[in-house]
Amino acid sequence: MSLIGSEATFIAVLAPFAAAIVAPTLTRLLAHNAAWPLALVPAAIFLFFAGLVPEVAGGVSFTPMVDWAPSYGVTFSFFVDGLSTLFALLISGIGTFIILYSGGYLKGHPQQGRFFSFMFLFMGAMLGLVLGNDLITLFIFWELTSITSFLLIGFDHLRAASRRAAIQALVVTGGGGLSLLAGFLVIMAVTGEANMSAVLASGDTLRDSGLYALILVLVLGGAFTKSAQFPFHFWLPNAMEAPTPVSAFLHSATMVKAGVYLLMRMHPVLGDTALWTTILPVFGGATLLVGTILAVRQTDLKLMLAYTTVASLGLLVMLTGTSWEKAIEGAALYLLAHSLFKGALFMVAGTIDHEAGTRDITRLGGLRKAMPITFAAACLAALSMSGLPPFVGFIAKEYLYTGIWGGAGANYALTATAVLGNALMLVIAAAVALKPFLGPKVETPKHAHEGPVLLYAGPVVLSLVGLASALLAHDTGVLVIGPVVSSILGVPSTVDVHLVPTHIGAALYLSLGTIALGVVLFLRLDALRAGTAGLLTAIGWGPDKGFDQVIAGIVSFSAWVTRTVQGGRMEVYMTMTFLITAAALLVPMTVAGTWPTSFAMPGFRFYEWGVLAIAAAGLVAVLIARTRLTAIVSLGIQGFAVALIFMLFGAPDLSFTQFMVETLSVVILALVMTRLNLQPRDHRPMMARLCHSAIALAIGVGFAGLLIQITSAPFDRRLSDFFEAYSRTIAHGRNIVNVILVDFRGFDTLGEISVVMITGLCVLALIRVRPKRSAEEALDLAAGDEAVRKREEARV
Amino acid sequence: MEATVSVLIGLFFAVAIYLLMSRQLVRILLGIAILGNAVNLLIFTSGRLLREVPPIIPEALQVPGETIANPLPQALILTAIVISFSFLAFLLVLAFRAYQELGTDDTNEMRVAEPTGDVRPPQGY
Amino acid sequence: MRTVIFRTIAPYLAALMVLFSVFVLLRGHNEPGGGFIGGLIAASALAIYGIACGVAAVRRAITLHPMSLSAAGLLMSALSGLVSLFTGQPFMTSQWWYVRLFGVEVPLSTPMIFDIGVYLVVVGSIGSIALALEERESD
Repeated sequence: MSLIGSEATFIAVLAPFAAAIVAPTLTRLLAHNAAWPLALVPAAIFLFFAGLVPEVAGGVSFTPMVDWAPSYGVTFSFFVDGLSTLFALLISGIGTFIILYSGGYLKGHPQQGRFFSFMFLFMGAMLGLVLGNDLITLFIFWELTSITSFLLIGFDHLRAASRRAAIQALVVTGGGGLSLLAGFLVIMAVTGEANMSAVLASGDTLRDSGLYALILVLVLGGAFTKSAQFPFHFWLPNAMEAPTPVSAFLHSATMVKAGVYLLMRMHPVLGDTALWTTILPVFGGATLLVGTILAVRQTDLKLMLAYTTVASLGLLVMLTGTSWEKAIEGAALYLLAHSLFKGALFMVAGTIDHEAGTRDITRLGGLRKAMPITFAAACLAALSMSGLPPFVGFIAKEYLYTGIWGGAGANYALTATAVLGNALMLVIAAAVALKPFLGPKVETPKHAHEGPVLLYAGPVVLSLVGLASALLAHDTGVLVIGPVVSSILGVPSTVDVHLVPTHIGAALYLSLGTIALGVVLFLRLDALRAGTAGLLTAIGWGPDKGFDQVIAGIVSFSAWVTRTVQGGRMEVYMTMTFLITAAALLVPMTVAGTWPTSFAMPGFRFYEWGVLAIAAAGLVAVLIARTRLTAIVSLGIQGFAVALIFMLFGAPDLSFTQFMVETLSVVILALVMTRLNLQPRDHRPMMARLCHSAIALAIGVGFAGLLIQITSAPFDRRLSDFFEAYSRTIAHGRNIVNVILVDFRGFDTLGEISVVMITGLCVLALIRVRPKRSAEEALDLAAGDEAVRKREEARV
Repeated sequence: MEATVSVLIGLFFAVAIYLLMSRQLVRILLGIAILGNAVNLLIFTSGRLLREVPPIIPEALQVPGETIANPLPQALILTAIVISFSFLAFLLVLAFRAYQELGTDDTNEMRVAEPTGDVRPPQGY
Repeated sequence: MRTVIFRTIAPYLAALMVLFSVFVLLRGHNEPGGGFIGGLIAASALAIYGIACGVAAVRRAITLHPMSLSAAGLLMSALSGLVSLFTGQPFMTSQWWYVRLFGVEVPLSTPMIFDIGVYLVVVGSIGSIALALEERESD
């Protein structure tokens, strides 16, 4: 049955991209019902990866591969093991219900097809990210998720808040992506491997490398921004501007987990060092606390969930950062649990918003009768989030407490952080699941009733899976969690998962303590909210505001640079250009001390001196000409002198051409200049004249010196010899110059005659195109037709 | 021999660039015309100078019998002459049309496309 | 400029120059000359004729618009490079045929066709620029 090593994996990753192409057309045909056929795509992908589970659980990893850019050693290859399979299952499984949910949520939206398209693009990018084996492939999919999430967050692009959130997410995660790329490049340089599977097999190479700290910081720069770790957490809540299906998909199970995925993936080679076990728990723990505290303050359902997502990501990073086996087991379980309950709760929040018209928790209540199915799903998911039995969230908490408590070192601080964080998460879970549904009926903007099946299918199924995976704890452990833990630790390991704790220990007491603390806090939620709100107002400034200031600063700075560098004055541009040219000519020669020292007086014949003198005289005459005729004639003189120089030094072709060109130049100059005034005097002020003369002289001296230097060096005749030897023998022509033009370098000439023709066309266009009004009148027109009419009258 | 011509080429460059830095279109055009010659001569001279032996193989021979002038820079310059001429024509017409539309040949007065006043960059998203 | 003498001589002068330009073009492969120089001479002929007898007369004389000549030349040059594809050689490899016409061996080649294309491009473009500028005199 082994499809696994074949191209099937490629098809699985590329299928969402294909779906993205057909989605708009399908939506045009079927309207929102297009969700049903479209959902078959992720469902099929889910079934495919589900079929791989037994083999992967048997400890087999696969790396199918095709060449992508062979000259750079980049392959398009995928790595299927426990960790990537779990992620692929979550992406495609939750994705199936998200697609269905989008069908209901955006029913009748004019851009629903585009929305499906973006969703599938994102899904494909995400699958590519978690399955990517080649580091460059992985990076490209990583950035693709940033770009597609930009499109999704900014989907409602007519609102400024959406645009801001989209740009913020792109800047933060895209910037982190660059850091990640740098990290990957260093990893490739250190290990000499381009594939993740090979890097993972490199053992302690990275840890023992002198560049370990650099690699770790760069990789963490990517992972922390993507997974919204403090202080980069601010983009995630802002991204709630997106339609709810986007939040449910990106910010629960997929996009933001990419950073966690990367940390888990690299753990075997980067983890378990002093640096790792310091940085990750500190940042993760801080994120957990900041996330939960900020969540308590909110009254918007989606924002509450968003901040608990930040907190959960912090918890995952903290657990991964301990590198303790039991904590890793807890992280793997929590990863599964969080994806299921958070996806479900986001969809519940969206359904409430969709049906009741608001998601402000203070304006909701008593919906249990109107929306019984949604209420049931919300309760199931919230129980899992609270960590109560018999849900997978409970098991996860048992394991992570066991892991932290059982470890060594700073476990008291970690335990306290985890208990407080989990208790606050229980508060939020209870608030989200209970407040809108219980209590007296509150009047909502829309008359609330149960949504269509498209809307409740997702929450119900996901929360039931959360229940089922706990009830079938043993199978979950063998098939899913064990392979994941093996991947994270880098050694084959089996995890025995039990729903019922095997012994009464610290973990159970901690769990009970968490629940008790949570319930107490929940009962005082309003006071808690007021307290945190007061605290945050007192601080007043956060990274979110800082982002705005940074962006405004960049805009102002670039505007300043543009104004300074491009003042819009031709004279200044010219002067700057030539000043730099002069420096480029003179400075290297001065620094390297290669100024020509000797000047050999040549044995010129008298007529040769004459030609040179005519050229010089022509130039000076152009410079001092006071009438246009003098200027044109002088220009002609220097041109004909150049033609004579060509003639004297064995270039008859050039000489003829130059003669013809100078004749034509004089003709057309005479034709045009009869219309243009040549000011009798150069009306530059004396200072400018002196300055410009100095620059011009410097460049003149520079070129003369350069040329003397070049010509006093021995001449490399190889190219000329080639043309001389083969002009007649191969190309059958005796005029070597012409043979070079039309035969040896014919392709160049083809380009050059194209340029000649294009200038001809441009000249014609310039002469033909005549605006109907003069510029002055056009300005008047802009000021108002009235002015023009007055002018017309005045003329009459 | 090259050294003397080099000095002349320096003069070509100096005159061309002095004219280019002017604000009057006519002087700029004259500068461009001279600059073209300056660059052509620069290429020509850097390929070394040799008197009066054109790069043409005699009828009776398959390869040149004696030392001939370097054909390569000549081939480069031949097209350059024609192209710089067509560009000169283009610029001439451009200058003329600008003069017709704007009524001035001073580049400082040809700033109709430049923003006026204190221009603030767009803020926000 | 439009003196009687000039106007009388100009057509003959222009005709001679065009003839000379073709001569220069065809001998270009072996003697000084070639498409660029030939084209410039012919363009000057058009310019002189235009100055003497008016642009309308030139346009009548050449029937085609000069830019059409130019375009035809560019096409010709590009196509001459494609001939080598039929012999399985890279683009623009030169091909030679020796044809006997009236007892004389005439060498024909793709570089010659290419050079004729260059000639037409230069005549067309430069001539068109010159004529367009001369036309400005009259309006």
